[in-house]
Amino acid sequence: MNLFASQIIDGLADGAIYASLALALVFSYRSTGIVNFAQGEMAMLSAYLVWQLMAWGMPLVPAALVSIVISFIAGALLYATIVKPLSHASLLTVVSVLIGLYLALNSLAGFLWTYTIKALPSLFPKAHLQFGSFTVSAETVGIIAVVGIVLLLLYLLFETTKVGLAMRGAASTPDSAILVGVSVPVMLLIGWGIAAALGALSGILVAPRVFLNPTMMFGVIIYAFAAATLGGFDSVVGAVVGGLLVGVVENLVGTYIPWIGPDLKIIVALVLIFGTLLIKPDGLFGRKKVVRL
Amino acid sequence: MSLFSIKGMHAGYGARNVLHGIDLDVEERQIQVVLGANGAGKTTLLRAISGTIAREGTILFDGARIDRLSARKIVAAGVAHVPQGRGTFADLTVDENIRLGAYLRTGAEARQDRERWLTFFPRLRERLSQQAGSLSGGEQQMLAITRALMLRPRLLLLDEPSLGLAPIITQGLFKTLAAIREETGMTMLIVEQSANLALDVADSGVVLESGEIVLRDSAQNLAGNDEVRRIYLGYE
Amino acid sequence: MSLVVKPKLPVAIRVAVTAVLAVIFLYVIPFVVPSYLVSQFATVLAFAIAIVGINLVTGFGGAITLGHAAFVALGAYTTAILVVRYGWNPYATIPVSAALSWIAGWCLGFPALRLQGLYLALGTLVLSITVPPILKRFDGFTGGVQGLNVGNPEAPAFLPLDDSQWIYFVCLVIAAALYVVARRILSGPLRRALIAARDNQLVGAVMGVDRATLTTATFAMSSLYAGVAGSLYAMIVGFVSPDTFNVMMSLSLFVGAVVGGITSLNGAIIGAMFIQFVPIWASDIDVSLGGLVFGGALIITLVVIPAGIGGLGERVFLWLCTRLGWVEGAGPVRAEAEAMGSAQNEPA
Repeated sequence: MNLFASQIIDGLADGAIYASLALALVFSYRSTGIVNFAQGEMAMLSAYLVWQLMAWGMPLVPAALVSIVISFIAGALLYATIVKPLSHASLLTVVSVLIGLYLALNSLAGFLWTYTIKALPSLFPKAHLQFGSFTVSAETVGIIAVVGIVLLLLYLLFETTKVGLAMRGAASTPDSAILVGVSVPVMLLIGWGIAAALGALSGILVAPRVFLNPTMMFGVIIYAFAAATLGGFDSVVGAVVGGLLVGVVENLVGTYIPWIGPDLKIIVALVLIFGTLLIKPDGLFGRKKVVRL
Repeated sequence: MSLFSIKGMHAGYGARNVLHGIDLDVEERQIQVVLGANGAGKTTLLRAISGTIAREGTILFDGARIDRLSARKIVAAGVAHVPQGRGTFADLTVDENIRLGAYLRTGAEARQDRERWLTFFPRLRERLSQQAGSLSGGEQQMLAITRALMLRPRLLLLDEPSLGLAPIITQGLFKTLAAIREETGMTMLIVEQSANLALDVADSGVVLESGEIVLRDSAQNLAGNDEVRRIYLGYE
Repeated sequence: MSLVVKPKLPVAIRVAVTAVLAVIFLYVIPFVVPSYLVSQFATVLAFAIAIVGINLVTGFGGAITLGHAAFVALGAYTTAILVVRYGWNPYATIPVSAALSWIAGWCLGFPALRLQGLYLALGTLVLSITVPPILKRFDGFTGGVQGLNVGNPEAPAFLPLDDSQWIYFVCLVIAAALYVVARRILSGPLRRALIAARDNQLVGAVMGVDRATLTTATFAMSSLYAGVAGSLYAMIVGFVSPDTFNVMMSLSLFVGAVVGGITSLNGAIIGAMFIQFVPIWASDIDVSLGGLVFGGALIITLVVIPAGIGGLGERVFLWLCTRLGWVEGAGPVRAEAEAMGSAQNEPA
């Protein structure tokens, strides 16, 4: 029973990381209808940036914050320079450009920081916390807490501020947003910035667990894809619930189904994605899409 | 001088020109209606005014040219556009829709306005926390108008407010619009296909045909005009 | 609106072009080029087959696939397992690979029935990421991380060819055959149906095109191409291991298809050469340069020549034909609108 409970808690921590990256995907999707295939690689660069800042002598927490701010700017720049000019391009062009970006960013990390793995320290102490009969690591609790706080801030931004409301309006019905005086491109720019910042957060949280290397986000982005698909690509709530579900399921499957085990648990993501797409393509929380001919 | 005046406006979509040299004046505190059949260019006219499509020609609003301004700047200048099909933010609540209408304004003032407009549309007050997409057609139209009013515009552009509504609802809507004009002196330019109800509340009107204005007169005369009666009012 | 002209070359020119191509493929590459490059050219041909498959499904079917390495892996492992574990003749495994990939394509193309393009791209990408772990997990069958040693098929004793020349010719024959098949598919009424379904679903539906079945069938066909490419790849390299068929291979094939021209079957060979040789040259300078060059090439191609190198070549060729009056009599006819803008016409 203890094993089960701790698997759930660990799953929630993993799930929180997936959720933040899935949210990043959802933010860019909601605002521009694009799945940012390069999101994981951007997150990986953000994590490297923390390492670099620390190598230059900055303490961990400020380095992480600086990296998140720079990621926000980079995400906004990506929108302004690449995504916005492509707003009328064909799907193939958009996908190709993002795949191109993915390949280029991946190589860029290898070029700048080589392919040997580096260690990024955890934001949290190596302690364990006692909760009655079982123990959880401080990292697990810390990850859940940090992501929880970020989600709360996002909620407050979108539900209580004017800018948040305008961003939701711009994503929902851009034509009408213009008519109430909202600058839609600026809102989308902020949306892509937030997406990149959320990605950065996921990268910084996961890096201590998997070590820094240019392929570190492969295993995360695939679960984030699964989480976003499961929750519905246009649903913020869906991304969070999807992320947590995927994290828990992945951990339980890896532990309790020996046939799959830790090596093959990536198949959970594949099954979830294809299963969702086949059974409920809009996801658990997604809006039903009406295909207009 | 008119509050609003268009001289020689051309507009269209890409290479296709829809409007061919429109001249139009709207006096302050007036309700002017634009009649015309499907495809005459009524919607294009409003879009051209609000800057959501490319246009050429002179548009004067309150003495200043607005034909070079972006859609956002025109909104800020005081021209609100209620688009065809209402264009409410379907997945936002009614209250959020209204608040978003006041995006360009400061909080306290906007809150007062919100109360004021809700007295004209009490139905909306009951549905403040509902999703806009779940409203009936008439309620959505009210919401779209309220949202536009929240900008506190000096000119309100309405694109086929009667579209998809039962005549009784349309009638109520036009009465409310007339009441709003009485109380606030707001100028309105209404595009309509179902002309009789619109002419009831309007002061003057023009008839648009194939992108040109072919007739302009007082609302009363238009309602009495045989041609207009036959084509737009359905009388034989 | 582009015009499609049917080029009609004078006989002398046709003969000359055919002769030049024949000399290049039948003499220069196998016999003049240094021996170590010959097997690399065989790999180019295998990649070209897979890329033609992507042309079919993405260029004409309009369904973006980012996971073709999964089917290449299926073909390669089918060959490897049949040869190593069951002692099959390697050539006899090719039809088996083709059939298995085709079936797998049907099964996995089924989601394409209901999904918009973005989700298919996503699903295939994820599929591709999961292939190496799956191959590693079933190590009793696949040899796990160590891979399987297939060995290079030997040239028949009666032919004066070394092993790499032999496998090159095997690949050449199969590639040529599959190229002709693809041409056939794309020259009949099916071409119009595909383009109609891709560009305008309503028109497609009115024309009586069952888009879903068509897309799935195209996906299955393209998987077959990838599977055959995988069989050949296993024979060329003589060895298969899970990490060869990673997501990078999938994306490379996609890059090759775009750079060569997504609707240009002729461009497939150019795209294949690009993805075979450019990373080798680039990694001589820096290991990380390959991805930068790939990513850059993908973006630059789309910005500068959206039709790809092959598509551009075909256009220049058509323009020349029109200028020189080598056009079929009936005069220009209106073309179907093609998203990537390339016109499919016989180059020779």
